[in-house]
Amino acid sequence: MEYVIEMQDVVRNFDRKEVLKGVNLKVSPGEIFGLLGPSGAGKTTIIKILTGQLRCTKGASMILGQDTGALEPFVYRKMGMMMDNLGLYERLSCYDNLKLFAKIYQVPRGRISEVLRQVDLADAAREPVSKLSKGMRGRLALARAVMNEPEILFLDEPSSGLDPQAVSMIHQLIKKEQERGAAIFLTTHNMEEASKLCDHIALLNEGKIVEYGSPKEICLRYNHQNKLQIRLLDGRNVALPNGSMAADEVKDYLEKEMVETIHSTEPSLETVFMELTGRRFE
Amino acid sequence: MKNIIAIFQKQIKDTLKNKSVLIEFLIFPIMSIIMEYSIHIEGMPEHFFANMFAAMYVGMAPLVAMSAIISEEKEKNTLRVLLMSNVKPAEYLIGVGCYIWIICMMGSCAIGISGGYKGKMLLSFLTIIGVGVLVSMLIGAAIGTSSKNQMAATSLTVPVMVVFAFLPMLSTFNESIEKVAKIAYSQQVSILINGIGKTGASAENAVIISGNFLIAVVLFGYAYKKSGMA
Repeated sequence: MEYVIEMQDVVRNFDRKEVLKGVNLKVSPGEIFGLLGPSGAGKTTIIKILTGQLRCTKGASMILGQDTGALEPFVYRKMGMMMDNLGLYERLSCYDNLKLFAKIYQVPRGRISEVLRQVDLADAAREPVSKLSKGMRGRLALARAVMNEPEILFLDEPSSGLDPQAVSMIHQLIKKEQERGAAIFLTTHNMEEASKLCDHIALLNEGKIVEYGSPKEICLRYNHQNKLQIRLLDGRNVALPNGSMAADEVKDYLEKEMVETIHSTEPSLETVFMELTGRRFE
Repeated sequence: MKNIIAIFQKQIKDTLKNKSVLIEFLIFPIMSIIMEYSIHIEGMPEHFFANMFAAMYVGMAPLVAMSAIISEEKEKNTLRVLLMSNVKPAEYLIGVGCYIWIICMMGSCAIGISGGYKGKMLLSFLTIIGVGVLVSMLIGAAIGTSSKNQMAATSLTVPVMVVFAFLPMLSTFNESIEKVAKIAYSQQVSILINGIGKTGASAENAVIISGNFLIAVVLFGYAYKKSGMA
C-alpha cells in the first residue's frame, strides 16, 4: 500500500458552517506527518473523520485502503489513538487501565509491563489515574495507544501542557514507533515539535491546507532574504548573501577567528504561517 | 464475547471504587435487613419491608447505576476510546448491563432472604425482580445515552427514578395514586411480589410490564439514534 492515509477534496460542514474546505493529504507507511494549525483550524475534525467518528460532507477519505465512513473492525485493530481528552478511567490503576485494552486487543499481559516501562510508569503501575500528574496521564494514554503495535498512530496534541521531561519522553516513544514502521499522524500547534519530529507537515488554516512539505523544505521555500547572518566576537552583526560571492569574506572572518555565530535567514514555520495567513499560531 | 467479559471485569473494579454508584446497590438491601430484623408490628403483612424495599430497589438502583455509568463514560471520553478500540456499542451495553443486573440480583437476594423468602418463593421473588431490573436498566441506558454529561443525566434520572421507585410505596397510602401507578412496571413488580404464594401473575401484569419494556426499548433506540453512544 502506497499510502496509509488519503484525503481527497474533503469538505465537512457543521450546520451551515464549512469547517473543512477541500482538504487533500497523503501519509505513507512509516512517516511522521504533522498537521499544524491554530485552535479552530479543523485539526481535530480531520482526525475525527479519519478515525470514523465523523463523516465528510464531500470528498473521499481513506485509511488503510478503507473508506473512513464505513471502517471494518480490522482497521480499528491497526489503529492507536491518543486524543486531546485522554479518556482514562480515573478510579482504576495505570495497570488496570491498560489491562482492559490488552484484553480488547488480545495482546499478552507481558505487553502491559513493557509499555509501562517504555513510558517510565512502571513504578506507578498500581497508582490510580486520579493521583497521576498531567504528564503521567499523557504518557499513560500514549502507552495505551501503542499497546497493540498499531500501523497508524493518531496523536492529537500529544505534548500540550506537558513539562519538558514528559515531552522528551513522548518524542522518544514517537520516534521508536516510527522505527517499528508505524505511520504517525500528529496534530500540534507546537512548531518546534513539528520541525523536530515530522517528515512532512501540512499547515492548516480555517479548514484549508495552505502549505505542505518537509519542515526544512517549507522554511527554505520562504527564505526570501537568502542571507547568512554572522555575529562577530566584537559584537557586530554582518549580513552576507548566501552564495559563492560571500565565500571569501566568510573565510576571512573564520581565519581571523572573529566569528561567534553563523545563521542562515530561513524563517521559522511560525513566520511562514504568518506570511501565508496573516495570523499567529495561538 | 471477549470484549463483553473485559467490560464486565472493568466495571467490577471501577464500581467498587465508585461510592456514589455502590451506595445505590447497597442501600435498600441494608435497609431491608435492618428493618426486617428490628421492627415487628402486630398485624403487619408478611415480608412487608422486603417487598416495599424490593419494589423501590427495582425502580432506583439499576436505573441510576446504568445512567450514571454511561453518562460518566461519555463525559470522560472513555466510552469513545472503547468504541475506537473496536468495542461495539452492543458489547459495551451488554457488559455493563450484565454487571448491573447481577449485582442487583445479589442485592435482591439479600432483600428476599431478609424478608423470609425461601426455595420456590425466593425464586419467584427473584424472577419478578429480574424482569423489573431489566426495564429499569433500559430506561437508565436511554437517559445515559441521551445525556452529554453526568450533570445532565442526573437532572433527568432523579425525577424518573423518584416516580418509579416511590410509586409502589405511595400507592399503599392513597387509592388514586394506586390507580395511576398501575401503569408503571415498578408498581406491577410490587403487586406481583406481594402476591407471591397467594395470587399468580395475571395477564394485566404481563401486558403492563411488557408495554413498559417496549416503551423503554423505543426510548433507548431514539436516544441512541439521536445522540449516538459516544
